[in-house]
Amino acid sequence: MDVLIYLIPAALFLGLIGLGAFFWALKSGQFEDLDGAAERILMDDEDKPGTWFGIHPPCH
Amino acid sequence: MNQVTAATPVPAAEATTASPETLHLMVENVHCAGCIKRIESTLANMPGVAASRVNLSTKRLRVDWLPGQTTPDAIAETVSGLGFPARAFDPAALQDGGEAEDRRLLKAMAVAGFAAANVMLLSVSVWSGHFSGMGGATRDLFHWVSALIALPAVVYAGMPFFASAARALANRALNMDVPISLAVILAAGMSLQQTMKGAEHAYFDASVTLLFFLLIGRYLDRRARTKARSAATRLLGLRAATAMVVGSDGRQRAVATTSLVPGMVLAVAAGERLAADGEIATGRTDMDTSLVTGESLPQAAAAGDAVYAGTLNLTAPVEVRITAAGEDTLLAEIVRLMEAAEQGRAKYVKLADRAARIYAPAVHILAAGTLAGWWWATGDGERALLTAVAVLIITCPCALGLAVPAVQVVASGRLLQRGVLLKAADGLERLAQADHVVFDKTGTLTLGEPALVNAGDIPPHSLRLAAALAAHSRHPLARALVKAAPQDDTTRIDLTDITETPGCGLSARHGGRPLRLGSAAWCHAEATATDTGAPAGPEFWLADGDDTPVRFVFADRLRDDARDTIARLRAMGLGIELLSGDREDVVRAVAGELGIDEWRAQCPPAAKVQRLKDLAAEGRHVVMVGDGLNDAPALAAGHASLSPATAADISQTAADMVFQGRSLAPVAEAVAVARAATRHVKQNFALALLYNVIAVPIAVAGFATPLVAAVAMSSSSILVTLNALRLKLVK
Repeated sequence: MDVLIYLIPAALFLGLIGLGAFFWALKSGQFEDLDGAAERILMDDEDKPGTWFGIHPPCH
Repeated sequence: MNQVTAATPVPAAEATTASPETLHLMVENVHCAGCIKRIESTLANMPGVAASRVNLSTKRLRVDWLPGQTTPDAIAETVSGLGFPARAFDPAALQDGGEAEDRRLLKAMAVAGFAAANVMLLSVSVWSGHFSGMGGATRDLFHWVSALIALPAVVYAGMPFFASAARALANRALNMDVPISLAVILAAGMSLQQTMKGAEHAYFDASVTLLFFLLIGRYLDRRARTKARSAATRLLGLRAATAMVVGSDGRQRAVATTSLVPGMVLAVAAGERLAADGEIATGRTDMDTSLVTGESLPQAAAAGDAVYAGTLNLTAPVEVRITAAGEDTLLAEIVRLMEAAEQGRAKYVKLADRAARIYAPAVHILAAGTLAGWWWATGDGERALLTAVAVLIITCPCALGLAVPAVQVVASGRLLQRGVLLKAADGLERLAQADHVVFDKTGTLTLGEPALVNAGDIPPHSLRLAAALAAHSRHPLARALVKAAPQDDTTRIDLTDITETPGCGLSARHGGRPLRLGSAAWCHAEATATDTGAPAGPEFWLADGDDTPVRFVFADRLRDDARDTIARLRAMGLGIELLSGDREDVVRAVAGELGIDEWRAQCPPAAKVQRLKDLAAEGRHVVMVGDGLNDAPALAAGHASLSPATAADISQTAADMVFQGRSLAPVAEAVAVARAATRHVKQNFALALLYNVIAVPIAVAGFATPLVAAVAMSSSSILVTLNALRLKLVK
């Protein structure tokens, strides 16, 4: 049962990372326009970097 | 942010580049990736625009622009030119803390979800430990770790409920959040005390999963409301915010519509809506009054004629001297009538609230009874309190909290697919109760736009000629002519010297021959007109040189499926009635064609409201379907209301739902979906009740261990959600 000493903190840590990621996503405005995000994925060539607010797409 | 950029020293070469300013625009007609791309890529290539981003959910556009290189007007015009009418707005004016509250709920939901998952993981271990012989020390460790996760999570994620419960108690009232808060706080507190004692059971998992499920329901409910509200504010925001006033020096300046006073002179360009009542000072034009009076034909207006706020100037720029502004306009009068009518609807209590009124006290009595009963029977205060907490947890309205929002989300999604935008969150419930439908005529049963009816009698050459000339005018009849002409015709018709004379018509030269299109008098066709008899409806004439003038007759067409929709509504058990502001013979013809027995013509707005009130007094639940400004008070007075997307802004604001397209079928569809949704909500309530009938005796008897509570709660919540999703399958 000693393994619990590692496993419980490990499980909690992973969970906290997920929670942190969600908070970051919320703060950086990724939940502002869910309908738009769903549509934008259909665009062939994405906007040039710098035309976005907050989030930068990977460079081409 | 802008100040910071400006303060940073810039190289001399860039010194001319000012810091970007931000412009917020409301954009219409944006609905797909293609629209977003057209707007954003066009703006990206526009000089002076630093960045732009469309928000599809809120139909807003944010543009960062550089002063000196472009102007907000130029940007708005560019976007409008792409086919997306855009109007600037002040985001601060629309800010009411709604978005911040949405975020707060979403964060609380995430925290509750995280805590629920982790605590449940530990709890499952403890439960299986009961059977496999987990040591007391390990169980206590697990309970302590659970406490470490659950207690901060309860404090953070429970705040929305605690705050609402505190508000209710301060007002000496009970709402659903009081038993919820009590259950969550007592469960967490009791569990901590039990953990300290090293006892066998702790309810940490129950308190956080409870919060998680309830927050899901609360978030969905909130989102439906936010969507409805943003639809309403968008419509309001699109109303003219400024008007051009001509000063004594002859120069024009923009003035907010709220600051207009009688005596000012407005410059009204062609295509602009009037911001105040007044009379024409100089100029001659045609006014489209359809939104105000329901009359579909433009009225010619010249100096001295009275014109009203909300009407559209069609053909030529005019100057208008204001006679009434703001609160005194016809528009404001209609708004007042509408607000008075809304009072009645405010009395409606939502199904969920009615359920809560019974539920909340019942839960408290049950828990208090359990506490007293166990204490009296066993004399063990701690045991009694623990059982009472278990009762509170079990009866907590998880399923009840999800019952309405889950159905609402599915139903509004279905309606949106059919082109119906749900604006009032409780509109579906009210629509489901409806047993009588009152229609307006112009723009509702009919398309509200004239169409050429005698195309068969017109020589093709004349039609082509007329259409080519009509293309140069905004007059509704001219537009109908253009639409009626064959589209595949590629032969060009060269016209020169095209001029439009407001109130009369158009003139041009075609291969040396004078050409005229417009009223009979304009085309010198009075003689021909007397020969062919009285006009059957609005008409245009075409005079081509000295040839006999040709007549074009127009009529407002019924929506293609009006008959079918009325039949379908009848089959659903609804009474049908027609109330119109139009002339009696026209209304009688439409009613006859659609088989509507009950109809009234020449109804002013107040008469429509009175008729709806009379129907309501008879115990009828009336749905009002209308589009004109004159229908707005009636829309507000109806038990539920719909308006087409072509309606006046104010009518759309008053309506519970707005339907798009040229078909009337969405009205019947909306009633069908509303009825199905309410049926599902009631089923969900029944499921929740059934669950309580089974689970409550178990809890009162003291058998509700944490495991039993978790299973019961989750299964009922899932059952309710699945039942809501079933609505997607209903035909």
